[in-house]
Amino acid sequence: MNTEIPAETAHLASLRAELAERAEKAELLDVAYRRVDSPVGPLLLAATARGLVRVAFEREDFDAVVDSLATRLGSRILSGTARLDDAAREVEEYFSGNRRHFDLELDRSLSAGFRLEVQRYLPRIDYGRTLSYAQVADSVGNPQAVRAVGSACARNPLPIVVPCHRVVRTDGSLGGYIGGLEAKKALLGLEAAA
Amino acid sequence: MKNKQAFETVVERHGRTVLRVCRAVLGPGADADDAWSETFLAALQAWPGVDAETNMQAWLVTVAHRKALDVTRARARQALPAAYLPEQTSPWGTPGTGEPELWAAVGQLPTRQRLAVAYYYLGGLKHTETAELIGGTAEAVRRAAADGLNTLRRTYGADAFREGTLR
Repeated sequence: MNTEIPAETAHLASLRAELAERAEKAELLDVAYRRVDSPVGPLLLAATARGLVRVAFEREDFDAVVDSLATRLGSRILSGTARLDDAAREVEEYFSGNRRHFDLELDRSLSAGFRLEVQRYLPRIDYGRTLSYAQVADSVGNPQAVRAVGSACARNPLPIVVPCHRVVRTDGSLGGYIGGLEAKKALLGLEAAA
Repeated sequence: MKNKQAFETVVERHGRTVLRVCRAVLGPGADADDAWSETFLAALQAWPGVDAETNMQAWLVTVAHRKALDVTRARARQALPAAYLPEQTSPWGTPGTGEPELWAAVGQLPTRQRLAVAYYYLGGLKHTETAELIGGTAEAVRRAAADGLNTLRRTYGADAFREGTLR
């Protein structure tokens, strides 16, 4: 609708950044988010005041992800605050092979029940190792719940940081992945090489 | 229906329009930036309670009008009596010096014409809505907008504004 003027666009970007910081200081934001680039494609990182709440792959459709965060966590959402700086740095370190554990506050309010229990267990699988869905079901004390473990991994709101990619099929084949099989392969390859 | 849309989309969609309105009202300087920020902070605060059917652009332009008044009043309060007038940079820029010429031309309009032009051609308000903000009848606002636009055409150029578009 409006013609773009380059100087105006640049000025708007700085006004928006300043708005996000002021909103952050005034504790007005339900969720802040930013995009980062990675070897498995662009990622969206989102955090509440409590911690990192969502990591999304581009194939999930970032607009749809932000919409669903607005519905579930509150619509006061802006991009571009410093809230995601730590997460962005740790993700970058992870992909450069310089980080084996994430040391971030997590907000797990998007998960509940058995899924949450499984997702809480996942960071105990060491970097570079894999477990089968059945082994994870065993480990959380519910050996019958292999399918439910699969669904807990598939719906992990914090992939990469909560390493659902380290769970594979008993026969060693990869199983599914929210970021696509190529991404799962890439993450396991990265960890195997490091 | 309550609002479940991410506020980011509001800034994305309307940030530019609101900036142009603020600049037309206050001149393209720090005051306009302040009014822009205050407008979106207020909108962010109100956002979860704003009805999803609301015409956001009109709503934001209305808030921007009030914030521009606040900025103007704050500026007036800060003014101190002085023995001589301090040198000031006009926020409107100087015609012919490479400042955005259109803003300079807009800045020379009488206030009511300037607001009528800003809210109608940049902000997309109806003349009746502008009349509610600045007083007078819708017909008087329509005339002020038309007179303002004619002046801009003379001073700036034939195509000063098309509706919703800054040229």
